[in-house]
Amino acid sequence: MSNTTLPEGIKPHEEEVGTSLYKDAWYRLLKNKFAVLGASILILELILCLITPWVAPYGFETQNLELTLAKPSWVHWFGTDNLGRDLFTRILYGGRISITVGLLASLVSVVVGVIYGAVSGFIGGKTDNILMRLVDILYALPFIFLVIILMVYFGRNILLLFLALGLTQWLTMARIVRGQVISLKHKEFIEAAKSIGVKTRFIILRHLIPNALGPVIVYLTLKVPAVILEEAFLSFLGLGVQAPMASWGTLISSGVEVMEIAPWVLFFPALMLSATLFSLNFLGDGLRDALDPKGAKD
Amino acid sequence: MGLTYILKRLFIMIPVFLLVVTLVFFMIRFAPGGPFSAEKRVPPQVLKNLEAKYHMDESLMKQYFRYLGDLSRFDLGPSFKHSNRTVNEIIGEALPVSMELGFISLCWALLIGITAGGLAALKPNTLYDYIPMSISIMGICLPTFVIGPVLVLVFGLWLQWLPVAGWNSWQDRLLPSLTLGFAYAAYISRLTRGGFMEIRHQDFIRTARAKGLSEGQILIKHALRGGILPVVSYLGPALAGIITGALVTETIFNIPGLGRFFIESALNRDYTMVMGTSLLYFSLIFLCNFLVDIVYVILDPRVKYE
Repeated sequence: MSNTTLPEGIKPHEEEVGTSLYKDAWYRLLKNKFAVLGASILILELILCLITPWVAPYGFETQNLELTLAKPSWVHWFGTDNLGRDLFTRILYGGRISITVGLLASLVSVVVGVIYGAVSGFIGGKTDNILMRLVDILYALPFIFLVIILMVYFGRNILLLFLALGLTQWLTMARIVRGQVISLKHKEFIEAAKSIGVKTRFIILRHLIPNALGPVIVYLTLKVPAVILEEAFLSFLGLGVQAPMASWGTLISSGVEVMEIAPWVLFFPALMLSATLFSLNFLGDGLRDALDPKGAKD
Repeated sequence: MGLTYILKRLFIMIPVFLLVVTLVFFMIRFAPGGPFSAEKRVPPQVLKNLEAKYHMDESLMKQYFRYLGDLSRFDLGPSFKHSNRTVNEIIGEALPVSMELGFISLCWALLIGITAGGLAALKPNTLYDYIPMSISIMGICLPTFVIGPVLVLVFGLWLQWLPVAGWNSWQDRLLPSLTLGFAYAAYISRLTRGGFMEIRHQDFIRTARAKGLSEGQILIKHALRGGILPVVSYLGPALAGIITGALVTETIFNIPGLGRFFIESALNRDYTMVMGTSLLYFSLIFLCNFLVDIVYVILDPRVKYE
């Protein structure tokens, strides 16, 4: 594919009136129905999770031992679990944990990856070579096993959980940012900054990273579902979030135990987790297509 | 691809492996709690004997080098919790089970994925394309621990067609391997479709078409080798994912494989078992990535590793 042809939907004259890249991307994103649907679901979920303590119909730990494993009804929208706790409430609270872990861990991974990649790409030469070989080697390590060992031995607290998940997920980010920085660093505006004596640190922070932000945003949207999934994976195995806290992973895990008699206890948390993963993936794909018109085919 | 490349790759594995051994060894030793701390109070003398038996009374560095020495003879030591059994014995029993599960899952993933992806690429923008591709989005977004229980619920408990747990007959293999392979089938079908779609417009395909070959012949004889390349490069991560995914699948279906021993031993602080199983996992994944790289070079004559 040649780079000179303009992507569909952008006419040459639009550039003259000064439509910015991000404005273009925004319009392209709005045209993508799946991405908009995904974003709407996510915004709704985020709002619900933010205001959970005020809207949840029951307490998180409120038990009603006379109404265990109740079917979904007007009283309990999603039914109740084996201790008679309202499932809808628990899913909302679980979502707070799952989404928090997903966002924070992704943020950790992005910060580490962006700085590492930017430094490596900007300095170049031998340093770059050594730093990237290190990434290659780390790439081959199945970190999930280290995370499991870490969680088991150092107590399953949630702070450690997102640090561990975040610190094992920055490798791809580092590679992407390094590639961006290498292609940017010979551009005139960087030369100009260098020639007037701007410090390396400021060139990386002020000029390189903001310009490499597009792929970072896309990657972040695709990283969040991966981390949420990983947290759910650990929690499902009983190695993640511990009672009395609950995430979607632990809710699914306890749903599996009673699925024979009360399938809805499994169904609703699974539905929420899957809907979130779907939405994030659609939004991520949409963002990628919107921000990178060259790669938008297929 | 030269022999030097293979040797170089193998050589770099040695320091990485040592790093992993060191990391895991000290990580579990410095953590609070020990293999005997959970047990009911034992007399000090018994505890001392126990510690002496497992060389826990020696200094940490001495234990570390002793472990490295044993490791060089492929001796993973005695298990702390399964008395009178060595880690080698337990792995010897559990590994074949896990390998079989992984192998069948991979076969499903390749069979379903390549068939569906190839079909979609052959008739793009028809139902043959839309239906498999929609299902594959589900496969990518639904985690193993949701698919597994749902399959158990539908085929095991409601329809009662298949057994829900155990590892004896061939029917026992069906649900776990499909659960584990489904996500990878989904990815592979998308990669296959993408690969074929790209290769359809290449010159050599046009030449084949100009010679008057049928679409099916073109697909199998000419497009397959090139179109399959993205799938091959995905096999490394896929194998690693299947190995980790087996942790969950083995838990759901109660299969006596390595994954269950790994988690159980981690929870029990069975030092030697944790070390043994995680080292095995690391080596397996290294090996898989290495083999995949070699297959890639064989299939794509343009790629050369230095």
